[in-house]
Amino acid sequence: MGEDSILRVERLHKSFGGVQAVLNVSFNLEKGELLGIIGPNGSGKSTLVNLITGFVKPDSGKVFCRGKEITGKKPYTIANLGIARSFQMAKAFQDLPAFKNLIIPLCAPRVQKIRGGKYGERDDVAIDLLEEVGFERDSAVPFKIAGSLPHGYLKRLELAQCMALQADVIILDELFSGMSMAEVASILPIIEKLKTEGKTLIMIEHRLKELFRIAHRVMVLNFGQKIAEGLPNEVMENEGVKKAYLGSEV
Amino acid sequence: MIGMLIYGLINSAIYILMTIGFSLTFGISGVANFAYGAFYVTGAYITWQLINSLGLGFVISIIISAIITGLFGALLYWFVLFRIRGLLLSEIIATFGIGMGMLELYRSIGLSGHSYKLPTFVDGSVEVLGVYVDYQRLIIIGVAAALIFFLWLFSHHTKMGLAFRGIAQNEHTSLAFGIESEFTAMVSMGMGCCLASLAAAVIIPLSLIQVEEGSNVLILALAVGIVGGMESIAGVILGSLIFGYAQIAVATYFNPHYTVIVMLVAILIVLVIKPSGLFGKFKELEERV
Amino acid sequence: MIRDLERSKGSDTTYRKERLDRCIKARSDTIYALSSYREALYLLFPRGVTIVGLLVLPLLLPEYWTKVLVMTCVVALLALSWDFIAMAGMFSLGQTLFFGVGAYLAGALNYYLHLSPFFTIPMGTLGGAIFCTILILPVLRLRGIYFAMVTFVLPLLLIRIIEMTGIFGGVEGLSALSPLPNLWVSVYLIIAVFLVCLFGYRRLMDTDYGLILKGIKNNDLAVMSRGINIYWYKAQALLIGSSAAAFAGAFVTHHYRFVGLPAFSMDYTILPIACTVVGGPGTFVGAAFGAFLLMPLTELLRAIGTWRVVLYSFFMVVFIILVPEGIFHYLQRKYHQIERLVKTE
Repeated sequence: MGEDSILRVERLHKSFGGVQAVLNVSFNLEKGELLGIIGPNGSGKSTLVNLITGFVKPDSGKVFCRGKEITGKKPYTIANLGIARSFQMAKAFQDLPAFKNLIIPLCAPRVQKIRGGKYGERDDVAIDLLEEVGFERDSAVPFKIAGSLPHGYLKRLELAQCMALQADVIILDELFSGMSMAEVASILPIIEKLKTEGKTLIMIEHRLKELFRIAHRVMVLNFGQKIAEGLPNEVMENEGVKKAYLGSEV
Repeated sequence: MIGMLIYGLINSAIYILMTIGFSLTFGISGVANFAYGAFYVTGAYITWQLINSLGLGFVISIIISAIITGLFGALLYWFVLFRIRGLLLSEIIATFGIGMGMLELYRSIGLSGHSYKLPTFVDGSVEVLGVYVDYQRLIIIGVAAALIFFLWLFSHHTKMGLAFRGIAQNEHTSLAFGIESEFTAMVSMGMGCCLASLAAAVIIPLSLIQVEEGSNVLILALAVGIVGGMESIAGVILGSLIFGYAQIAVATYFNPHYTVIVMLVAILIVLVIKPSGLFGKFKELEERV
Repeated sequence: MIRDLERSKGSDTTYRKERLDRCIKARSDTIYALSSYREALYLLFPRGVTIVGLLVLPLLLPEYWTKVLVMTCVVALLALSWDFIAMAGMFSLGQTLFFGVGAYLAGALNYYLHLSPFFTIPMGTLGGAIFCTILILPVLRLRGIYFAMVTFVLPLLLIRIIEMTGIFGGVEGLSALSPLPNLWVSVYLIIAVFLVCLFGYRRLMDTDYGLILKGIKNNDLAVMSRGINIYWYKAQALLIGSSAAAFAGAFVTHHYRFVGLPAFSMDYTILPIACTVVGGPGTFVGAAFGAFLLMPLTELLRAIGTWRVVLYSFFMVVFIILVPEGIFHYLQRKYHQIERLVKTE
């Protein structure tokens, strides 16, 4: 729990009108960890991600990346520092083929610095990346128009975009939602592989069984507040967490 | 000094009247009605026709003209914009093209010139705080104030008005509540054009019906919206006040010819400090996740 | 291959319409275009006809129509400029802003500083583009509609300012400016720049840079979340696009030896949009095609005077609603694909 954890969030607050979306949330993230963020719907998980990645400015509180403050910076600046995110509603470029979707993150300044690359090379890198996330290489799938891809593939595309950015921290907002058991089972190895590569991950999920298999630590949000944090099994024993998910006697 | 205050107020009232229709349509349904200026002129022409060709009374003509123009606007929405709603390029070009087309049509037919005048309500002037003001201009202020009051009442206390505000804030949720956004958008367009016609009827008596006035009104509506904020009545009022008084000040202390520069400078300043307008509620791109 | 399902009405056997790429299109893909003359010709023919046709046309036309050709190319340049800016997601209602600023800059440099067209035209182009981009910079952060509004309002305000304050010649404008050497130079200069812009813009949009611009138009939040500074790219697109329009303005100033209020006329906004919409937005050739279609047409209909604008507006509205893809898209499809009815069981 050092001052230069790869990500440090301090007392973030955000209200929209009268609604407290995120209230006094703090946590640390060490390199190589996989942190799960869980909680009932509306508990502020996506808002928290938006606050960290610069899409929403916090009312108060700070966010640090490797000791340097990144609160309120523009999303593209934060992405170039190595924090990538996926969207709950998969945001692909509908009219472009799937592999072309990856060219755009490959053009980011960060990737230029790490990899270089001219026109032509990026296409190959894009197709390799798609293979890594499970697009069959020799089929026509990588070349299909993104708008016509089925849901599972779109989610993989989102993941691939984060990987294309050569990010150190990848925040996945409900990656598993809408996927079948088989699809989730086929994605888990990819995430394991990211872990072994040393990437840090934050996963917001509703599907707890699958998440607990891979997460090191879990954090629970309810009504914008952090109500528990710790090992997956410990957290689920917590009374407050049970009440949040299952409700309580009135 | 008093004169400047009063004339500034009159100017501002004129601008409010000219702008409020456009702002209403845009604020509620997000449709920028680039044909607004054309509707302004159309309303004036229809009023003129009703008065001169059918010999109807002045007030009746204004009311009928406002209704006709409003219906015209609603029909425009229904047949044209309805199909292309959400496609930004198509919306812009359709309203823009129709507006330009209408104005040029009027110009080509020859509906311009000295013979087209609208009568004033009451002739004569009165002395207010030592300054002579003619009645027409006082009426303009009165109408503007009354309009603002009724619009406030409408949007806060009637079912339809609340529906308008709901749509303006969050269309999807409103749809879930059973508020038909297409119908509301159509009504908002109709109301906007109706207000344009009313404004024309009250303001045009100050001079003549001219086709150029259509372009001027549109420019003004846009300028006031950009400076004050497009989506709210408060923004319209603020923008109109700024323009109204700034122009009078410049005309008095410098040169009447420089009043146009006021508009440009105001727009540029606002764009730099708060691009969405001083009372604009628009969030920066990032925030619209 | 694209298949369309359409049932023919009222018969026992049902047919469906099928669209397939022509064989020759598949045969002339990438490197295989060089495999024989037929394939190479398939690709070169449209481009060749355009280039050769345009280069030869001035030699064949009488002087009156050569001047029409010049204005057609000017409007085509404006249309290309509009199309390029639109491909980055910005819909401008004010090409005349770029045109007028370029025109006045070149005219003023020539009038007050007596620089020759050799200098004023490039300076007008570059200076105009930079000036307009900086002017519009704050609006890039806002919704697209604000961009349209601001580009619409600015030229109209500039007209009134020039009118009222009398700067840059005021209502009378600056006249007796240096001309271009002769009509031949004018024609070939504008044709050359037009062709360079046409092929240049197309090439640019095919690269990864163009892909980023298309992405910004498609979904700017997504592009932003992938580490790209969209505002910087939008500004660049604006700069590149507006230089074509500024060039057109600077060129016209010296072609007519005059710059005045008409440089900011609404015509220079409406015409390019009408041409692009009729031809088909999104492919630069569509914009140019629309220009070469509509401009000579209006010259023929010159007798109708101001009804011209009414006609343009009408075309514009009808096309954007009913035929949003434009004419060129249809022609392109015909060139690349065949349609046939196929029996279904």
